[in-house]
Amino acid sequence: MMNFEYPVQAGDFTNAGSASSSVKKTLKQLNVDPSIIKRVVVALYEAEVNVVAHSHGGTIYVVIDNDKIAIKLEDKGPGIPDIDLAMTVGYSTASPQVREMGFGAGMGLPNIKHNVDYLDVKSEVNVGTIVEMIVNF
Amino acid sequence: MTISEIQTVLNAKILCGEDKITQTIDRAFASDLMSDVLTLKSDDIMLLTGLCNIQTVRTMEMADLNTVIFVRGKKATEDMIDIAKENDMIVLQTECSMFRTCGILYEAGIKPVF
Repeated sequence: MMNFEYPVQAGDFTNAGSASSSVKKTLKQLNVDPSIIKRVVVALYEAEVNVVAHSHGGTIYVVIDNDKIAIKLEDKGPGIPDIDLAMTVGYSTASPQVREMGFGAGMGLPNIKHNVDYLDVKSEVNVGTIVEMIVNF
Repeated sequence: MTISEIQTVLNAKILCGEDKITQTIDRAFASDLMSDVLTLKSDDIMLLTGLCNIQTVRTMEMADLNTVIFVRGKKATEDMIDIAKENDMIVLQTECSMFRTCGILYEAGIKPVF
């Protein structure tokens, strides 16, 4: 079992995706099937961008096992008032800055859900959000 | 179509990946929305975009795309080229608009994804 931890800074779009990039390199080294790597890193990248774009900062915890990868993104911030609404394709609260970076079209959470085998989103308004996802190898 | 042929028809500059000009491209996807790019299932696709920032190359890295054309003369930064080189990507830049780029490539036989 391998454990990794990546801090994520709010608003740091220059480094958004560096954790996902690091996880991709590790999974490649472990010879995980490329189609599974793509599902993992697409989901993680969307989630990482969400933490950069919407929270006041957070941490990504990654556990790689023989048969799966489990990822938890924990952030402090405004939280998500209505998770069902946030999961709806096209719904977005993204700022113009986020849209300028090519995101904020309300596709992130639905795309994450599409790529993982398990997804759980817990959120408390004005406290933060915890997103947990698992992809089986 | 080879990268070299694409460079010629678009009068494009190759910013990275000059050693791969004999590689061939069959299909392309044009978008400025990276979330849309991240929904693509296949990975042998060339990206055409006017979105020129570090998230463009990060998105390509995650989506396993290795060729991009920045339209309308958008300039890639050094940070972007570093990530592109690290991931063996081919980066082209053309002065053509998105519409013109798509039209020229479509006429030349590049197929759409959907």
